[in-house]
Amino acid sequence: MTQFQPKDAGEAAETILWAGSERKSLEIRAGGSKGGLGRPMRADHVLDVSRLAGVVDYEPAELVLTARPGTPLKDIAALLAERGQMLSFEPPDWRDLLQGGGEPTLGGTLACNLSGPRRLRAGAARDFFLGFAGVNGRGEIFKAGGKVVKNVTGYDLCKLMAGSFGTLALLTEVTIKVMPRPETACTLLLPGLADEAAVALMAGALNSPHEVSAAAHLPAIPARRLGFADSALTALRLEGPAPSIAFRAAALQLLFGSGPRLDAPASEAFWRKIGEVATLLSLTGRVVWRLCPTPAAAPALVAAILERSPSAEHFYDWAGGLVWLSLDAAEAGPDAGAALVRTALKPLGGHATLVVASEEIREKVEPFEPEAPALSALTRKVKQGFDPYGALNPGRMREGA
Amino acid sequence: MIVMPPPDAAVLARRGEIVAALRGIVPGEGVVDAEIGRRAFECDALTAYRQLPMVVVLPETKAQVVEVLRYCSANRIKVVPRGAGTSLSGGALPLADAVLLGMSKFNRIVAIDAANRCAVVQPGVTNLAVTQAAQPLGLYYAPDPSSQIACTIGGNVAENSGGVHCLKYGLTTNNVIGVELVTMEGEIVQLGGKHFDAAGYDLLGVVVGSEGMLGVVTEVVVRLLPTPPGARALLVGFPGIEGAADCVAAIIAAGIIPGGMEMMDRLAIQAAEDFVHAGYPLDVDALLIVELDGCEAEVDHLVAAVEGIARTNGATTCRVSRTEAERLLFWAGRKAAFPAVGRISPDYLCMDGTIPRKRIGEVLLRMKEMEKKFGLRCANVFHAGDGNLHPLILYDANQPGELDRAEGFGQDILRLCVEVGGVLTGEHGVGVEKRDLMGAMFNESDLNQQQRLKCAFDEDSLLNPGKVFPQLCRCAELGRVHVHGGKLRFPDLPRF
Repeated sequence: MTQFQPKDAGEAAETILWAGSERKSLEIRAGGSKGGLGRPMRADHVLDVSRLAGVVDYEPAELVLTARPGTPLKDIAALLAERGQMLSFEPPDWRDLLQGGGEPTLGGTLACNLSGPRRLRAGAARDFFLGFAGVNGRGEIFKAGGKVVKNVTGYDLCKLMAGSFGTLALLTEVTIKVMPRPETACTLLLPGLADEAAVALMAGALNSPHEVSAAAHLPAIPARRLGFADSALTALRLEGPAPSIAFRAAALQLLFGSGPRLDAPASEAFWRKIGEVATLLSLTGRVVWRLCPTPAAAPALVAAILERSPSAEHFYDWAGGLVWLSLDAAEAGPDAGAALVRTALKPLGGHATLVVASEEIREKVEPFEPEAPALSALTRKVKQGFDPYGALNPGRMREGA
Repeated sequence: MIVMPPPDAAVLARRGEIVAALRGIVPGEGVVDAEIGRRAFECDALTAYRQLPMVVVLPETKAQVVEVLRYCSANRIKVVPRGAGTSLSGGALPLADAVLLGMSKFNRIVAIDAANRCAVVQPGVTNLAVTQAAQPLGLYYAPDPSSQIACTIGGNVAENSGGVHCLKYGLTTNNVIGVELVTMEGEIVQLGGKHFDAAGYDLLGVVVGSEGMLGVVTEVVVRLLPTPPGARALLVGFPGIEGAADCVAAIIAAGIIPGGMEMMDRLAIQAAEDFVHAGYPLDVDALLIVELDGCEAEVDHLVAAVEGIARTNGATTCRVSRTEAERLLFWAGRKAAFPAVGRISPDYLCMDGTIPRKRIGEVLLRMKEMEKKFGLRCANVFHAGDGNLHPLILYDANQPGELDRAEGFGQDILRLCVEVGGVLTGEHGVGVEKRDLMGAMFNESDLNQQQRLKCAFDEDSLLNPGKVFPQLCRCAELGRVHVHGGKLRFPDLPRF
């Protein structure tokens, strides 16, 4: 196995062209922090893009940043913070969850479409992905999208790249939309609610005009792990100018009752932990699922799973639209609970991803939700159109893609 | 003029048989055969281009859509989907040898689902109807293209439509969370739903904005948002364009994302004021409308901040709306800008490029020079917050050669947008209108990769051909797998 480290798009293209012509496959790697996500790969060589790094252009007043994919996310965040801006989709750091070390990069984050708590209001990584240059599996350099915030010229291939886990093309330069950091923030905590009541409350809060920018519900166990008293906690975040927050917080408390309030720094730490997941759930001897159900159906889904797997732990983000679930590996059985989780989820609508499990399990159990036949056929044809030789991240998402 | 692909004589020769077969799928008046009926569909809002469709089909059920597409696919007959026909880029322009598939009868709001903050609607529902249905619950659908009383959600999905509130609330793509799509082969595919994000490739993300070339949408799930509790608008006049542009940049640099931020130039201000008497100042070169929405405390806070920024940037007038009626009056001029320009010119072309905002002064100056070159006037309204220009080129179609000059002017403007780092279209789509300019922005391998995506959905290029791509798709050729067999220069590849 050779580790290629191209210094520019041209060298990357040459490597991929060579791999395609030799029928060799490449594992694309940037900071290596998400290697444990998805199906285990058996690639012939590694295409390490860590030298394709650095910010190319940053125009705060245009809300646009262009960088190479290997740029560490922490560098981007620091640069944006200097100008009072941020990545609005709040990319979470999953290193403690995946326990593989590494350094999260901008390219990896976009390729996995990773978004944090603000996703429910602001949108996902894909919603901020404006344009890119890349290399397809034929070794051809191409570009799509643009470097302005509003563009509908041609197909929106950025959306396709986001969440394709490097199976369609190698990104060599990306342009994203950045947003101003809110002036300040606070989080309201409402203790003691059962799951069903909490999800209903969060929907009500999001439908109120008070601009809730994140909504999570922690049952007693994850709440305790975060250092709170032994009671469930429902959390609503408000962001914006100070006078606006004061007004909205009061309005929400009038609607939903009062509880403790986290100030801006505590709020920031709280939501970082929600995004990171690791501190909230048991990880030892467990498998961890990430469910995206129809939000209002989330409590029923969880109840169905808990009935069969009593030692399961869970919490809700995105007002119920995201459920993190930790199952005891032994209790879950050889399929890591896939049948249980997916059978319960299917009639309600949504999808489930097995995020944390041993390589053996991720080899046997589809980590990504299996697709219906017509969709699966489209997926294969799309893959074929970008990477006909199967040179890029072979089988990372599913057999043949 | 843009040339459409030549009609297939063999298909035209079978017209009678095709109409009969379609009548077997969609009964009664759902198949429009008579010329007088088809005439109503000969163009969309890009009226300079007209073509009588071979036949018009107006299905009422998903099963009919599936059957029509299966039949057309099996018989290699082209299909052009159409919503309300409000496209400004000719996205729904018929073809002489194609079935025009009108989705207007899919006009039902299936559900307003407040618990999941979404609405499930059929594609023929108008954009505004979604908001009207959600309003009693305090919710609305954010994208608001200026044609929102007429344009349909299906068309919005096809074109990834925008509107004046995109900067803060996003385009269609950021507000549609699911579609049911029928492929050209007649397969039904569910993309997204009421949940967040895709389980695999984000095909929903490429279907939105695909200009009716990847499939026919039969149902759409859109995100609903709470109606902002209040909004106030500022009307700010500047003696020069640069001051207005600097003011926009300074507002954003101050961390403020207004609900809407629009700019108009002198000609547009004059035309709008003459038409609706909104009280616009007539002694300025640029007018900004800045709308701030949210709770009262937030709006007051931001209004004060924007007023300060406007003064710092040399505003000569600055009025803040005191009542809802006044806010709407401020907007009335802007919203009527297109018809207002229509009053001072027999015809106009509406262009739609996006540029980096910092280049606005320079771009407007060069447009002034183009006015001289082409001997035509140009009024500018501009989604200033996101850099989306709408130059309106005034011409008279009855004067020989004026349409050609207007098109030439428009193309020069769009090339200029690309030259300064922008794009050909911000919200209207490529369609027919900008098809032959795609080469100004994308090279052959860029376009080939886009077309390979098209091939994955529609291998025979039967769905809406002749749009977006300057050359027709050649899927067999694009998909060919080349075998290099080590003949290339790679002996020492591992060096880097």
